[in-house]
Amino acid sequence: MFKEFNPAEDKILRVIDNEGQLINKKWMPQLADEQIQKAYNDMLFARVADTMAVSYQRQGRMFTYPPNLGQEAISGALGNIMTEEDWLVPAFRELGAWLAKGATLKDIFLYFKGNEEGNAFRNVKKLLPMAVPIASQLLHAVGIGYAIKLRNEKDIVYTVVGDGGTSEGDFHEALNFAAVWKVPVIFVVQNNQFAISVPFSKQTASVNVAVKSLAYGMPGIKVDGNDYFAMYSALDYSRNYASEGKGPVLIEALTYRKGAHTTSDDPTKYRTKEEEDFWGLTDPLTRLNKFLKAKKLITDTEEQTLIEQYKKEVDRSFEEAENYPPTVLDDVFKYTYVDIPEDLKIQQMEHEKFLKWKEAQK
Amino acid sequence: MNMVQAINNALEIKLREDPTVVLYGEDAGFEGGVFRVTEGLQEKFGEQRVFDSPLAESGIVGTAVGMAIAGLRPIVELQFCGFVYPAFNQIISHAARIHNRSRGKFKTPMVIRFPYGGGINALEHHSESMEAMFGHIPGLKVIIPSTPHDAKGMLIAAIESDDTVMFMEPKRIYRAIKQEVSEEKYSIPIGKAKVLTAGDDITVVAYGAMIREVQKAMVMAKSKNISVELIDLRSIYPIDKETIIKSVQKTGRLMIVTEEPKSFGVAAEITAIANEEAFLYLEAPVKRVAGFDTIVPLPATEHFYLITPEKIFYELEKTVKF
Repeated sequence: MFKEFNPAEDKILRVIDNEGQLINKKWMPQLADEQIQKAYNDMLFARVADTMAVSYQRQGRMFTYPPNLGQEAISGALGNIMTEEDWLVPAFRELGAWLAKGATLKDIFLYFKGNEEGNAFRNVKKLLPMAVPIASQLLHAVGIGYAIKLRNEKDIVYTVVGDGGTSEGDFHEALNFAAVWKVPVIFVVQNNQFAISVPFSKQTASVNVAVKSLAYGMPGIKVDGNDYFAMYSALDYSRNYASEGKGPVLIEALTYRKGAHTTSDDPTKYRTKEEEDFWGLTDPLTRLNKFLKAKKLITDTEEQTLIEQYKKEVDRSFEEAENYPPTVLDDVFKYTYVDIPEDLKIQQMEHEKFLKWKEAQK
Repeated sequence: MNMVQAINNALEIKLREDPTVVLYGEDAGFEGGVFRVTEGLQEKFGEQRVFDSPLAESGIVGTAVGMAIAGLRPIVELQFCGFVYPAFNQIISHAARIHNRSRGKFKTPMVIRFPYGGGINALEHHSESMEAMFGHIPGLKVIIPSTPHDAKGMLIAAIESDDTVMFMEPKRIYRAIKQEVSEEKYSIPIGKAKVLTAGDDITVVAYGAMIREVQKAMVMAKSKNISVELIDLRSIYPIDKETIIKSVQKTGRLMIVTEEPKSFGVAAEITAIANEEAFLYLEAPVKRVAGFDTIVPLPATEHFYLITPEKIFYELEKTVKF
């Protein structure tokens, strides 16, 4: 696969076209109809949840949120490839992958409602919290990969970064360390073509992201990130490669961020409607929907029923997050250290005294 | 043992008894580090556990964060205090925060070791004392030994700590002090200062390479009948307020001797502690003897910058006579 889609020639792996027609039989993953249906449903759920998250934010019920709209196939395929034993080291725009790993929507909403507790994903063993400093999480994935290798374990580490993140020094260091140490890490670059407002063309003079892998001595492949089957196929191939002890892989998933960078951003300021319309034709859900329809695996009515059902489910999770008990002062202090210094305990006690005094003034 | 040998001994003890301990950095494996602190360890424990990494400080610390999350106890060596800066994002944004961000689900039991301080005729970037910057970061613990005995016990405590510990090594006295150090395992708790000499007239707080300089100044002070109580701070953060306050309450005078740039430093923090907790006991203003707020000069000019016993005595006498 890596030879066939040589990134130096800017080749791209694509399995279905925008009409959902199979165009590359060779790399069509062997998936049962039910698996494809499930994958579609998961992506649809992620889209419903994501769209509703944006509207909760607009209603003032949630703080800043980074929408996933248009990038669901990447998360969807990742979610279906990962096992419980694998690690996911996320950035912050992989809603579908977190859900697939077992994170709850309630926790995710809780986090974007400003409660750190939502970022712990306590119920999931090998999922790291979201990492905001761009590309810095990639090095954690490499370190985890080293631990896996040292202990002769079989886990794979999946880590995600955006196209902007590929300009960071930590991207370079992570790829270099990973290749030198030959660790089982799969780097997934969600190239959604924008780092907030800065387009990909201003991010790098390289022909694509995947080609950068070659200089580090590891394979890389550019994939149509809006094509679920292509993503699945590339991840599946990379997983096998890494689990044979051959080292890391870089996957560039070419996609388009249909929404804003976050709810605080206005993309109409830096891109045109024509451009958005053009990329709209590549929408991952539309394509998979067309594929399923052609195989008579879904109807519009069925889809509508699913959406209604998902909306209720998402609302229920949001209510759970809204009904979560309010935070207390201890939440500020108790996790700064494992072994909490005496002085920090005193700072907390002193503030408690102040709060009592304030209460008594009422 | 000298301090280099004592640190090496601590590393060997922990590598031997705990299979989750790994040690790496630039030149830290095969060569044993630029100061030979890790010499012989790769031979004893193999290239999987003691190794050279690519030359990238952010990469070294960032991968250690990942290893710690995955259950290892990495010890990383950065070559000089002045080379820690490329790793700041990983130290401040992750090593110090993963436990908080994950609400206790993940912890980062790792040690970041590096030599610091001046007085070795070094190039630019090789003589810095930036402990205050690390002390200022919530989530980090910062410790500095002043003797081989302490270096061993404190490093063992650091490796066993579930929090990220910055272990700063006063390279100027790496080989300058030799003392009996037990081959057995022992640890010295993080956050505890030590009263090295009891005295009545003035409390002097110092740490690292400055202890030896203060001790020389104390010989001069003795000839003038000034009785000094010397405290080795040992831990920059958590800082042992109790030991400092108790001493100041007894002596009524306080001087802090540090190599760091004077402004916004550890000495300023200790001054604030005396102000908040022992104000009415003070008979003289608290005195800071510290480096200048300048870049540490190159060897031709460094003698102006270095804190000498004479300078310490000069300030000590003024404070006692105030």
